[in-house]
Amino acid sequence: MSELRPNLVALNTIVYREVRRFMRIWAQTLLPPAITMVLYFVIFGSLIGRQIGEMDGFTYMEYIVPGLIMMSVITNAYGNVVSSFFGSKFQRSVEELMVAPVSPHTILLGYTIGGVLRGLAVGAIVTLLSLFFTHLQVHHLGITVLVVVLTATVFSLGGFINAVFARNFDDISIIPTFVLTPLTYLGGVFYSIHLLPPFWQTVSLGNPILHMVNAFRYGILGVSDIDIGVAIGLMLFTTVVLYVFCVRLLVSGRGMRT
Amino acid sequence: MSSALSIRQLTKTYGNGFQALKGIDLDVAEGDFFALLGPNGAGKSTTIGILSTLVNKTSGTVNVFGHDLDREPYALKRCLGVVPQEFNFNQFEKVFDIVVTQAGYYGIPARDAKARAEEYLTQLGLWDKRNEQSRTLSGGMKRRLMIARALVHRPRLLILDEPTAGVDIELRRSMWGFLTEQNRQGITIILTTHYLEEAEQLCRNIGIIDHGTIVENTGMRELLGKLHVETFLLDLKTPLAVAPALGGYPSRLADARTLEVQVDKSRGMTELFRQLAEHGIDVLSLRNKTNRLEELFVSLVEKNLSKVAV
Repeated sequence: MSELRPNLVALNTIVYREVRRFMRIWAQTLLPPAITMVLYFVIFGSLIGRQIGEMDGFTYMEYIVPGLIMMSVITNAYGNVVSSFFGSKFQRSVEELMVAPVSPHTILLGYTIGGVLRGLAVGAIVTLLSLFFTHLQVHHLGITVLVVVLTATVFSLGGFINAVFARNFDDISIIPTFVLTPLTYLGGVFYSIHLLPPFWQTVSLGNPILHMVNAFRYGILGVSDIDIGVAIGLMLFTTVVLYVFCVRLLVSGRGMRT
Repeated sequence: MSSALSIRQLTKTYGNGFQALKGIDLDVAEGDFFALLGPNGAGKSTTIGILSTLVNKTSGTVNVFGHDLDREPYALKRCLGVVPQEFNFNQFEKVFDIVVTQAGYYGIPARDAKARAEEYLTQLGLWDKRNEQSRTLSGGMKRRLMIARALVHRPRLLILDEPTAGVDIELRRSMWGFLTEQNRQGITIILTTHYLEEAEQLCRNIGIIDHGTIVENTGMRELLGKLHVETFLLDLKTPLAVAPALGGYPSRLADARTLEVQVDKSRGMTELFRQLAEHGIDVLSLRNKTNRLEELFVSLVEKNLSKVAV
């Protein structure tokens, strides 16, 4: 029996189950980022932003909107996979998948697509809300879509790795709190790195989120602090490395098989 | 009759050095209703874990309907349905969704999956609960949900790890009926249970595992045939102060109205009742002190324990 067709059905099943999960608990998954981002738009964009003036030729509100969209995509793509996969480990429902004839690629793709879809759903909500505060003109649709999908993929895979290694609920909040949040805030969401001293500009280039936020900002506004080709190459490379690592984790059964 | 399950020299040593399986061989024929018994920690769940690929074996081979675990794991998994001991479904999912989703993992398209979910949930008396979150079900319902989930891809070999643990007797009997019918329709069943009466009633063949080794693998009838002495409790019409002297039948009073008598199979019971009549003792009823299989099980495990201790 060819394994392709049953695995496609299984993939569809996992993705459907993931979407059903985050839609069922929308008050925990879709609503909070919408409220948080509206507060960012009001406080940083409207109130403080008026005092700041222009940045790279755009109003401060226009400048931070792409970064805030990316911030919500990153947080939600990561959060969806880490909480869903760790939850299934915690409840042992992951065993339903492990006993079934589903390939590691199918399992990984299913969870990753689930994370990407939640990231995109929240990103779309935040984008729609931003239209109440500013005008959005997409400078380059292809780059915008490519960057947001790649970013969501990278962080979905990251969330998967976190979930595999996590042993308790504390372990799934450590990376978002102590790594993702600082990197995001220092990743050019609220400012151009040209405002920093040269040393800190160089240091900032080591922050992968800076590349993602700027590539996305380029897609929307047409301005960026970094080279777009480098940013997209970095994202593609990271996606491949993380994907291979995740498949190896699944094959070894780490955290799932004894 | 072809083989449903063939295990050869299966070993498992956990990371902490504990050797759970010490090279077991086990064969289960197609169509069999097989009991895998053993005390806690004997290696039953490890064996089932290896079969269902949730536990990595250390060495040995596992073959299910001709599919080798190492070479054809997906084909093997398609033949296998597992009902684990612990509840392992998403407590927040609806009953219907759990079964349909599991079918999807086996590559069954949604329309077929929904039809099968309805079929098994109806048979197991859960159709009315299909839209309930699984966490709201009673313990017995949760066990039946796991059986429906394990059957939805129509496996040829169904393994149940203590499926009736904590289930009331009425429900247990209805589950026995359901499993017997599944077996009659051609599904090979392997059952682990602590209710030896259950194993004796349902299963045709039996394997007893203890300290990671198979200490018995034979037919239920052959095994019970090894039981030479049975202990009976006789309910007496009139109370006795001392136990009567019964030649060839060791006896003692459990209480004034209950006489405990050991009966050697070679002597039979006719002689016992003749002697009781001579003593003027009227017997109202009699029953086994313990389940016959339980007596054998205890003696086999005790014998193995003394070997291990040596």
